[in-house]
Amino acid sequence: MRVELDVPKCVASGQCVMAAPDVFDQRDDDGVAILLEETPGEDLLDDVREAVSVCPAAAIRLVER
Amino acid sequence: MVVGASAAGLAAAETLRRTGFDGTLALVGDEPHAPYDRPPLSKQILSGAWTTGQLPLRPQADLDALGLDLRLGTAATGLDLTDRTVRLADGSHLRYDGLIVATGVRPRRLPGDRGAHVLRTLDDALALRERLRPGRRLVVVGAGFLGAEAAAVARGLGARVTLLEPAPVPLAHAVGTEVGRLLSWTHLDHGVELRTGVTVTGMTDGGVRLAGGEVVEADEVLVAVGSLPNTEWLADSGLPVGDGVLCDAYCQAAPGVYAAGDVARWDNPLFGTSMRIEHRTHAAEQGMAAARNLLAAPEGRRPFAPVPYFWSDQYGTRIQAYGFLRGHDEVAVVEGDLAEQRFVAAYRRGDRLTGALAMGVPPRAVRAWRQAVAGGAAWREAVGAAAA
Repeated sequence: MRVELDVPKCVASGQCVMAAPDVFDQRDDDGVAILLEETPGEDLLDDVREAVSVCPAAAIRLVER
Repeated sequence: MVVGASAAGLAAAETLRRTGFDGTLALVGDEPHAPYDRPPLSKQILSGAWTTGQLPLRPQADLDALGLDLRLGTAATGLDLTDRTVRLADGSHLRYDGLIVATGVRPRRLPGDRGAHVLRTLDDALALRERLRPGRRLVVVGAGFLGAEAAAVARGLGARVTLLEPAPVPLAHAVGTEVGRLLSWTHLDHGVELRTGVTVTGMTDGGVRLAGGEVVEADEVLVAVGSLPNTEWLADSGLPVGDGVLCDAYCQAAPGVYAAGDVARWDNPLFGTSMRIEHRTHAAEQGMAAARNLLAAPEGRRPFAPVPYFWSDQYGTRIQAYGFLRGHDEVAVVEGDLAEQRFVAAYRRGDRLTGALAMGVPPRAVRAWRQAVAGGAAWREAVGAAAA
């Protein structure tokens, strides 16, 4: 599975970092999300799905490779 | 079955599938559009920065993968708790084993405001966008967050904007007098005419009429005076309804019936009070929580105890807030400076830190305050530590 982050859509809420801290971080200056792990392991996928659901900008997508 | 096909309803449907529910899952929505995002309506859609193609919450393929019985453009019109059926506007009846109500809110209107704009749906936003041009006169009734954002965007498009607000200070009840006053200055800085303490009594052909008889001329009027929960379809159903669908701490309104999003009023154990929250992140969080509790065994259910969060963009500046700010007893600036529009304000209720609002501060720095609110921090410790 691959994570896609639509950076221009991000509203810097930080919800993804709280849901999946091993996969996402935030830029220091403007808080826009950073993708740490484009292809996270199975053990992290539940966290990523949580981040997809909770992202207030619908900026995250999990796609089958 | 999920009634309401916006952020809360979609999050609920996704969570039901993710949690292993593989039965028939109906998602019913009164709007004709596939689930779409609302915050950009008063921002990127109104300004024209985005096309409507950027608004769907999920690509069609992801929606298809949920295997939904998707019924768009179909309002729910009634609920029978005994037969466990929902009546739809097309005359059909759908049976459910479990139900999540996520029918949201609609704009509050003013008496006789036919012809005035409201801003809740995509169609509303496009209708207003169509009418905003340089030099056009827009009167916005209500200087809450929605009205303020629309005023800011309209200024950016070159419209002449007057913002009318009945309270002496906009948003004072929500964010406190000092912060509300600061936000009102930013309007003035950007050439919006802000008039506070004025009451609109009605519409005229060329504008709006104020108490006292004065007419404020307008080419377009936007009414942004709050919302009403969509609960009429539940009348006589036996489901407890007050200001929203009344739920317990698990978001349950009746056996097998849960509610989520703008329409749900529930007991938030973190703050020890009942609340109804109209924030975008809240809709998704509560949709997920309601779905999990609906499927869980009784002993596996968890109370829904979130820290509410919202953001607002006005004139290129981001405001972010965590917690429950309404009904606060005190506001203290704990970082930065109000006058420089770079600050964090902390909110006290009783002896607890109940919220924090930041403007012009890196979002990451604000998350520490969220943690403090989530942990139920004592005011003296949280604010004392910041001052030290």
